Amino acid sequence: MKVSLNQKILSRNEEAAAKNRQFFAEHKVFCLNVISSPGAGKTALLERTIRDLKEQFSIGVIEGDIETDNDARRIQAAGARAFQIETKGACHLSAEQVQNALKMIDAQTLDLVFIENVGNLVCPSAFDLGESGRVVILSVPEGDDKPAKYPGTFAGASVIVLNKIDLLPYVPFDLSRVLADIHTVNPQAPVLQLSAATGEGIDAWYDWLRRHLEKKQP
Amino acid sequence: MHETVVAENVLRTILEHAEKLKARPVRALVSCGQFNALNEEAMKFAFETAAAGTVCQGMLLQIRQIPLRAVCRPCRTVFELNLMTPLCPQCRSEDFDIEPDAPLLLEEIEFEDKQ
Repeated sequence: MKVSLNQKILSRNEEAAAKNRQFFAEHKVFCLNVISSPGAGKTALLERTIRDLKEQFSIGVIEGDIETDNDARRIQAAGARAFQIETKGACHLSAEQVQNALKMIDAQTLDLVFIENVGNLVCPSAFDLGESGRVVILSVPEGDDKPAKYPGTFAGASVIVLNKIDLLPYVPFDLSRVLADIHTVNPQAPVLQLSAATGEGIDAWYDWLRRHLEKKQP
Repeated sequence: MHETVVAENVLRTILEHAEKLKARPVRALVSCGQFNALNEEAMKFAFETAAAGTVCQGMLLQIRQIPLRAVCRPCRTVFELNLMTPLCPQCRSEDFDIEPDAPLLLEEIEFEDKQ
Protein backbone atom coordinates (compact mmCIF):
# COMPACT_ATOMS: atom_id res chain seq x y z
CA MET A 1 0.00 0.00 0.00
CA LYS A 2 1.45 3.30 -1.09
CA VAL A 3 0.63 6.65 0.49
CA SER A 4 1.46 9.72 -1.61
CA LEU A 5 2.29 12.74 0.52
CA ASN A 6 4.47 15.31 -1.26
CA GLN A 7 4.89 16.94 2.12
CA LYS A 8 7.57 19.53 2.89
CA ILE A 9 9.97 17.83 5.27
CA LEU A 10 10.93 20.97 7.16
CA SER A 11 7.35 22.22 7.45
CA ARG A 12 7.59 22.54 11.24
CA ASN A 13 10.54 24.90 10.88
CA GLU A 14 8.74 26.78 8.11
CA GLU A 15 5.68 27.32 10.31
CA ALA A 16 7.87 28.82 13.03
CA ALA A 17 9.66 30.93 10.41
CA ALA A 18 6.33 32.31 9.18
CA LYS A 19 5.53 33.40 12.75
CA ASN A 20 8.89 35.17 13.04
CA ARG A 21 8.31 36.88 9.71
CA GLN A 22 4.93 38.11 10.91
CA PHE A 23 6.52 39.37 14.14
CA PHE A 24 9.11 41.38 12.16
CA ALA A 25 6.43 42.87 9.91
CA GLU A 26 4.17 43.81 12.83
CA HIS A 27 6.93 45.52 14.79
CA LYS A 28 8.72 46.98 11.76
CA VAL A 29 11.95 45.20 12.54
CA PHE A 30 14.48 44.51 9.79
CA CYS A 31 16.10 41.12 10.38
CA LEU A 32 19.19 39.71 8.69
CA ASN A 33 20.35 36.10 8.88
CA VAL A 34 24.16 36.16 8.66
CA ILE A 35 25.77 33.00 7.27
CA SER A 36 29.43 32.14 6.68
CA SER A 37 32.18 29.64 7.44
CA PRO A 38 33.75 29.78 10.90
CA GLY A 39 36.26 32.62 10.99
CA ALA A 40 35.00 34.57 7.97
CA GLY A 41 34.35 37.61 10.15
CA LYS A 42 30.65 37.55 11.03
CA THR A 43 31.19 38.81 14.56
CA ALA A 44 33.88 41.28 13.49
CA LEU A 45 31.57 42.81 10.86
CA LEU A 46 28.73 43.07 13.37
CA GLU A 47 30.96 44.63 16.04
CA ARG A 48 32.12 47.33 13.66
CA THR A 49 28.60 47.90 12.32
CA ILE A 50 27.21 48.30 15.84
CA ARG A 51 29.96 50.73 16.89
CA ASP A 52 29.40 52.87 13.79
CA LEU A 53 25.59 52.79 13.55
CA LYS A 54 24.32 52.42 17.13
CA GLU A 55 23.52 56.14 17.42
CA GLN A 56 21.29 55.89 14.33
CA PHE A 57 19.57 52.55 14.87
CA SER A 58 18.75 50.32 17.80
CA ILE A 59 20.40 47.00 17.07
CA GLY A 60 20.11 43.53 18.60
CA VAL A 61 21.98 40.35 17.82
CA ILE A 62 20.99 36.71 18.25
CA GLU A 63 24.15 34.64 18.40
CA GLY A 64 24.25 30.99 17.40
CA ASP A 65 27.22 28.89 18.42
CA ILE A 66 27.78 25.25 19.21
CA GLU A 67 29.50 26.19 22.50
CA THR A 68 30.40 29.33 24.52
CA ASP A 69 28.86 32.79 24.82
CA ASN A 70 32.05 34.53 23.64
CA ASP A 71 30.37 36.18 20.66
CA ALA A 72 27.41 37.52 22.65
CA ARG A 73 29.87 39.15 25.05
CA ARG A 74 31.78 40.73 22.15
CA ILE A 75 28.52 42.11 20.76
CA GLN A 76 27.43 43.50 24.14
CA ALA A 77 30.81 45.18 24.53
CA ALA A 78 30.26 46.84 21.13
CA GLY A 79 27.01 48.30 22.46
CA ALA A 80 24.09 46.17 21.31
CA ARG A 81 21.64 43.85 22.98
CA ALA A 82 22.68 40.24 22.46
CA PHE A 83 21.37 36.81 23.30
CA GLN A 84 23.40 33.65 22.88
CA ILE A 85 21.90 30.38 21.67
CA GLU A 86 24.20 27.46 22.38
CA THR A 87 23.13 24.76 19.94
CA LYS A 88 25.12 22.01 21.75
CA GLY A 89 26.21 20.27 18.59
CA ALA A 90 23.61 21.36 16.05
CA CYS A 91 25.19 22.87 12.95
CA HIS A 92 22.54 25.53 12.28
CA LEU A 93 19.85 27.62 14.00
CA SER A 94 16.16 26.76 13.76
CA ALA A 95 13.24 29.18 13.54
CA GLU A 96 11.94 27.97 16.92
CA GLN A 97 15.22 28.80 18.65
CA VAL A 98 15.08 32.28 17.13
CA GLN A 99 11.48 32.74 18.33
CA ASN A 100 12.57 32.30 21.94
CA ALA A 101 15.64 34.48 21.53
CA LEU A 102 13.58 37.35 20.09
CA LYS A 103 11.75 37.60 23.44
CA MET A 104 15.03 37.68 25.35
CA ILE A 105 16.25 40.79 23.49
CA ASP A 106 12.86 42.59 23.42
CA ALA A 107 13.17 42.56 19.65
CA GLN A 108 9.90 44.45 19.14
CA THR A 109 11.64 47.63 20.34
CA LEU A 110 14.55 47.33 17.86
CA ASP A 111 15.12 48.62 14.31
CA LEU A 112 17.56 45.95 13.25
CA VAL A 113 18.15 42.37 14.37
CA PHE A 114 21.09 40.34 13.16
CA ILE A 115 20.96 36.58 13.57
CA GLU A 116 24.53 35.35 13.52
CA ASN A 117 24.13 31.75 12.46
CA VAL A 118 26.43 28.88 13.41
CA GLY A 119 29.62 29.06 11.31
CA ASN A 120 28.87 26.67 8.45
CA LEU A 121 28.41 27.20 4.71
CA VAL A 122 26.04 24.26 4.16
CA CYS A 123 23.44 23.52 6.82
CA PRO A 124 22.06 26.97 7.82
CA SER A 125 21.00 27.55 4.23
CA ALA A 126 18.17 24.98 4.40
CA PHE A 127 16.53 26.59 7.45
CA ASP A 128 14.35 29.65 6.97
CA LEU A 129 14.40 31.69 10.18
CA GLY A 130 11.76 34.17 9.01
CA GLU A 131 14.45 36.76 8.28
CA SER A 132 13.90 39.76 6.00
CA GLY A 133 17.13 39.03 4.16
CA ARG A 134 20.21 36.86 4.16
CA VAL A 135 23.82 38.06 4.32
CA VAL A 136 26.44 35.56 3.18
CA ILE A 137 30.03 36.41 4.07
CA LEU A 138 33.04 34.97 2.26
CA SER A 139 36.53 35.94 3.39
CA VAL A 140 39.58 36.09 1.17
CA PRO A 141 41.77 33.53 3.04
CA GLU A 142 39.07 30.84 2.67
CA GLY A 143 39.85 30.63 -1.03
CA ASP A 144 38.21 31.54 -4.29
CA ASP A 145 36.48 28.18 -4.83
CA LYS A 146 33.81 28.58 -2.14
CA PRO A 147 30.92 29.94 -4.26
CA ALA A 148 31.36 27.01 -6.68
CA LYS A 149 31.54 24.50 -3.83
CA TYR A 150 28.54 25.83 -1.87
CA PRO A 151 26.21 27.14 -4.58
CA GLY A 152 23.00 26.71 -2.57
CA THR A 153 24.15 29.06 0.17
CA PHE A 154 25.28 31.77 -2.26
CA ALA A 155 22.10 31.36 -4.33
CA GLY A 156 19.99 32.20 -1.27
CA ALA A 157 21.82 35.44 -0.37
CA SER A 158 20.24 38.90 -0.56
CA VAL A 159 23.70 40.43 -0.30
CA ILE A 160 27.18 38.91 -0.31
CA VAL A 161 30.04 40.41 1.68
CA LEU A 162 33.57 39.64 0.55
CA ASN A 163 35.52 40.28 3.75
CA LYS A 164 39.25 40.67 4.51
CA ILE A 165 40.06 42.32 1.17
CA ASP A 166 43.07 43.88 2.93
CA LEU A 167 44.63 40.39 2.61
CA LEU A 168 44.26 40.23 -1.21
CA PRO A 169 47.91 41.15 -1.84
CA TYR A 170 49.13 38.29 0.35
CA VAL A 171 47.10 35.23 -0.65
CA PRO A 172 46.30 33.65 -4.01
CA PHE A 173 42.70 34.63 -4.72
CA ASP A 174 41.10 34.98 -8.14
CA LEU A 175 38.53 37.72 -7.59
CA SER A 176 37.10 37.51 -11.12
CA ARG A 177 36.46 33.78 -10.65
CA VAL A 178 34.58 34.42 -7.39
CA LEU A 179 32.44 37.13 -8.97
CA ALA A 180 31.67 34.92 -12.00
CA ASP A 181 30.74 31.91 -9.86
CA ILE A 182 28.46 34.04 -7.68
CA HIS A 183 26.89 35.59 -10.77
CA THR A 184 26.05 32.13 -12.15
CA VAL A 185 23.90 31.16 -9.17
CA ASN A 186 22.81 34.59 -7.94
CA PRO A 187 22.97 37.44 -10.47
CA GLN A 188 20.78 39.73 -8.30
CA ALA A 189 22.77 39.93 -5.07
CA PRO A 190 25.29 42.76 -4.79
CA VAL A 191 28.80 41.69 -3.78
CA LEU A 192 30.32 44.16 -1.31
CA GLN A 193 34.09 44.03 -1.02
CA LEU A 194 35.31 45.25 2.35
CA SER A 195 37.53 44.74 5.34
CA ALA A 196 35.80 44.67 8.72
CA ALA A 197 39.25 45.02 10.30
CA THR A 198 40.46 48.15 8.50
CA GLY A 199 37.12 49.66 7.50
CA GLU A 200 38.00 49.75 3.80
CA GLY A 201 34.80 49.51 1.69
CA ILE A 202 32.56 49.47 4.76
CA ASP A 203 30.46 52.45 3.62
CA ALA A 204 28.88 50.44 0.80
CA TRP A 205 27.68 47.95 3.46
CA TYR A 206 26.23 50.75 5.59
CA ASP A 207 24.52 52.25 2.53
CA TRP A 208 22.99 48.86 1.73
CA LEU A 209 21.79 48.54 5.34
CA ARG A 210 20.32 52.06 5.46
CA ARG A 211 18.51 51.62 2.15
CA HIS A 212 16.94 48.36 3.25
CA LEU A 213 16.17 49.59 6.74
CA GLU A 214 14.18 52.41 5.17
CA LYS A 215 12.00 50.03 3.21
CA LYS A 216 12.41 47.12 5.67
CA GLN A 217 12.81 44.47 3.02
CA PRO A 218 15.69 42.94 1.10
CA MET B 1 24.94 17.34 9.18
CA HIS B 2 21.54 19.01 8.77
CA GLU B 3 20.63 15.51 7.55
CA THR B 4 20.01 14.63 11.22
CA VAL B 5 17.16 17.12 11.49
CA VAL B 6 15.80 16.14 8.08
CA ALA B 7 15.89 12.45 9.05
CA GLU B 8 14.12 13.11 12.36
CA ASN B 9 11.37 15.03 10.59
CA VAL B 10 10.93 12.26 8.00
CA LEU B 11 10.83 9.61 10.72
CA ARG B 12 8.21 11.51 12.74
CA THR B 13 5.89 11.75 9.73
CA ILE B 14 6.31 8.08 8.80
CA LEU B 15 5.63 7.00 12.40
CA GLU B 16 2.44 9.10 12.48
CA HIS B 17 1.16 7.45 9.31
CA ALA B 18 2.19 3.96 10.48
CA GLU B 19 0.29 4.50 13.72
CA LYS B 20 -2.81 5.72 11.90
CA LEU B 21 -2.78 2.89 9.35
CA LYS B 22 -1.62 0.23 11.81
CA ALA B 23 0.82 -0.94 9.13
CA ARG B 24 4.56 -1.49 8.89
CA PRO B 25 6.40 0.94 6.59
CA VAL B 26 8.80 -0.71 4.15
CA ARG B 27 9.93 2.15 1.90
CA ALA B 28 9.90 5.94 1.73
CA LEU B 29 10.91 8.31 -1.03
CA VAL B 30 12.49 11.69 -0.31
CA SER B 31 13.32 14.17 -3.06
CA CYS B 32 15.40 17.30 -2.96
CA GLY B 33 16.86 19.95 -5.20
CA GLN B 34 20.55 20.47 -5.78
CA PHE B 35 20.80 23.61 -3.65
CA ASN B 36 19.55 21.67 -0.61
CA ALA B 37 22.87 19.81 -0.58
CA LEU B 38 21.42 16.70 1.05
CA ASN B 39 24.14 14.08 1.23
CA GLU B 40 22.69 10.66 0.47
CA GLU B 41 25.05 8.64 2.65
CA ALA B 42 24.71 10.99 5.62
CA MET B 43 20.93 11.03 5.19
CA LYS B 44 20.65 7.24 5.16
CA PHE B 45 22.93 6.94 8.16
CA ALA B 46 20.99 9.60 10.09
CA PHE B 47 17.69 7.90 9.26
CA GLU B 48 18.92 4.44 10.28
CA THR B 49 20.16 5.85 13.57
CA ALA B 50 16.91 7.68 14.27
CA ALA B 51 14.77 4.70 13.23
CA ALA B 52 16.55 2.14 15.41
CA GLY B 53 14.11 0.48 17.78
CA THR B 54 11.02 1.83 15.99
CA VAL B 55 8.67 0.20 13.49
CA CYS B 56 10.77 1.98 10.81
CA GLN B 57 13.92 0.04 11.63
CA GLY B 58 15.23 -1.68 8.52
CA MET B 59 12.92 0.08 6.05
CA LEU B 60 14.31 1.37 2.76
CA LEU B 61 14.89 5.11 2.35
CA GLN B 62 15.19 6.28 -1.24
CA ILE B 63 16.54 9.72 -2.12
CA ARG B 64 15.86 11.34 -5.45
CA GLN B 65 18.16 14.24 -6.32
CA ILE B 66 16.49 16.73 -8.64
CA PRO B 67 18.91 18.68 -10.83
CA LEU B 68 18.77 22.44 -11.25
CA ARG B 69 16.96 23.75 -14.31
CA ALA B 70 17.48 26.98 -16.14
CA VAL B 71 15.82 28.89 -18.96
CA CYS B 72 18.07 30.40 -21.61
CA ARG B 73 17.22 34.07 -22.17
CA PRO B 74 18.16 34.33 -25.86
CA CYS B 75 16.71 31.02 -27.15
CA ARG B 76 14.23 30.11 -24.33
CA THR B 77 15.56 26.53 -24.08
CA VAL B 78 14.86 24.90 -20.73
CA PHE B 79 17.86 22.83 -19.68
CA GLU B 80 19.45 20.97 -16.78
CA LEU B 81 22.10 23.29 -15.44
CA ASN B 82 25.56 21.91 -14.87
CA LEU B 83 27.29 24.42 -12.57
CA MET B 84 30.72 23.33 -13.81
CA THR B 85 29.82 24.40 -17.35
CA PRO B 86 27.05 26.96 -16.98
CA LEU B 87 26.00 27.26 -20.63
CA CYS B 88 22.83 26.78 -22.64
CA PRO B 89 23.36 23.45 -24.48
CA GLN B 90 21.44 24.81 -27.49
CA CYS B 91 23.00 28.22 -28.21
CA ARG B 92 25.99 28.23 -25.78
CA SER B 93 24.73 31.42 -24.14
CA GLU B 94 25.73 32.18 -20.54
CA ASP B 95 22.65 34.33 -20.09
CA PHE B 96 19.98 32.28 -18.32
CA ASP B 97 17.57 32.35 -15.38
CA ILE B 98 17.81 29.54 -12.83
CA GLU B 99 14.43 28.06 -11.93
CA PRO B 100 13.56 27.70 -8.23
CA ASP B 101 15.33 24.76 -6.64
CA ALA B 102 13.10 21.74 -5.93
CA PRO B 103 11.93 21.68 -2.29
CA LEU B 104 12.84 19.03 0.23
CA LEU B 105 9.86 16.65 0.04
CA LEU B 106 8.69 13.41 1.55
CA GLU B 107 6.99 12.15 -1.61
CA GLU B 108 5.58 8.79 -0.61
CA ILE B 109 5.59 6.00 1.93
CA GLU B 110 4.96 2.37 1.12
CA PHE B 111 3.50 0.07 3.77
CA GLU B 112 3.48 -3.70 4.03
CA ASP B 113 0.26 -5.16 2.67
CA LYS B 114 -1.81 -6.78 5.36
CA GLN B 115 -2.50 -10.48 4.94
